Amino acid sequence: MKKRSIVPYGPQHPVLPEPIHLDLVIEDEKIVEAIPSIGFVHRGLESLVQKRDFNQMVYVAERVCGICSFGHGFGYCEAVEKIMGVEVPGRAKYLRTIWFELSRLHSHLLWLGLLADGFGFENLFYQCWRIREKVLDVLELTTGGRVIFSVNKIGGVLKDVDEDMLAAVKDMLDKIELELKPIVKTFREEKTVRSRLDGVGVLTKQQAHDLGCAGPFARASGIKSDMRKMGYAAYGELDFDIITSDVGDSYARCDVRIGELFQSISIIRQAIEKLPTGDIAVPVKGNPDGEAFIRIEQPRGEAVYYVKGTGTPFINRMRVRTPTFANLAGLCETLKGADYADVGLLILTIDPCISCTER
Amino acid sequence: MYKVKKSPWVLHYDGSSCNGCDIEVLACLTPVYDAERFGIVNTGDPMQADILLITGGINSQNEAVVKQLYDQMPRPKVVVAVGVCACTGGIFKDCYNILGGADKVIPVDIYVPGCAARPQAIIDGIVQAVELFEKRLEKHKAYVKKEKEA
Ligand code: SF4
Repeated sequence: MKKRSIVPYGPQHPVLPEPIHLDLVIEDEKIVEAIPSIGFVHRGLESLVQKRDFNQMVYVAERVCGICSFGHGFGYCEAVEKIMGVEVPGRAKYLRTIWFELSRLHSHLLWLGLLADGFGFENLFYQCWRIREKVLDVLELTTGGRVIFSVNKIGGVLKDVDEDMLAAVKDMLDKIELELKPIVKTFREEKTVRSRLDGVGVLTKQQAHDLGCAGPFARASGIKSDMRKMGYAAYGELDFDIITSDVGDSYARCDVRIGELFQSISIIRQAIEKLPTGDIAVPVKGNPDGEAFIRIEQPRGEAVYYVKGTGTPFINRMRVRTPTFANLAGLCETLKGADYADVGLLILTIDPCISCTER
Repeated sequence: MYKVKKSPWVLHYDGSSCNGCDIEVLACLTPVYDAERFGIVNTGDPMQADILLITGGINSQNEAVVKQLYDQMPRPKVVVAVGVCACTGGIFKDCYNILGGADKVIPVDIYVPGCAARPQAIIDGIVQAVELFEKRLEKHKAYVKKEKEA
């Protein structure tokens, strides 16, 4: 029998932006098993419901994660609005959709950059992040914040956008669409990139289904699931397809996310085109009494929000189930049989967001 | 060798941040903000680092990790707490698992407020850290020289 050894990986590690620890059981250079241990970023955020009332909790929910912060605030608001039977005005729905897609855009660009950094293509990393800054600029212009926006509230949104802002968003979309072309070409055609991604960490459709994977990670293995198709906010009135791939390797995950970049650009354009006029929020009276489940599609996959209120300003329970947690099982499966040198890359391909996972 | 000026190396550790400050720190290193023009280099190895950028508060799980990272860094060293979470615990201060800011376990020299801290503020923090590091380096050199002579 070959000699087995255990190599600890993390929590502080150059390729990991966030702390997670893996015990890798290796035989020569091949991984036999990966055992994750989490909890480094656990804050106990859900317990804050006892100390903050349901309006203040919007800002806490946004800080579940700084990358998909808009989505978390949005999911929480949707859940409370569902309990209270609040109908959000059309303009607020469209604005939420636009901001949500802008967040997806910046999140996917961030990921593409980190992936490039993961396989040692520093130039590509910087290019992706340079484009990402343009998205952040319009987010700052329209919401006032770069990563944490705080524009959601129960019953609508806090800020309205005017024509100049919309023009700036459209202008930015045109610009980055052009600038993305050479970058996408590098990811798709460059031999050195493809040699690091092709056939690495294959996850079959059956495995992805059995392990309950979510988001682009599952879609790259051929699972057609996208919560946006359920039609929350304004997604029901906009035209887009679910992007999938059948290959299931690292390149497929990259390809799916690149496809979603252009999809987001198209969704934002449609939403700006159709943006209705009117109020951006409705007044909300009373306290939430009852419970609700909300499923939304975060940049990393399906996220579930559960909120239970008992008629007091303090809700009884808030629970978030995040996509990265669902994908960790899939990650351990893809790591089996991989080369030790590919571990960092494979962890990146699920687009891990540890602070979501541990809250 | 004593005449050579040293570029401080920066280590970034994510305590229990929400990622907001985390990606802003990373954004500072990209061409738009380019913090590296102040002569710093980003590293992943605590043994080679001079400045520790820490985001997020301290919880029971990462307490030991942060302490260990700090101990591994060679002297002299400077610690910068980025974001209100790392300064005081911030919005999560009342959570059961948050012990407080980074200064609960390691000495912090520079506090960068903000939630999330803006890149401009982070760059300012880094610049101050570089200055402080140079001062400390001088002191350290004088100390080493004195030790040698004694
Ligand atoms: S200070 Fe705010 S943005 Fe920064 S880590 Fe804490 S909660 Fe997140």
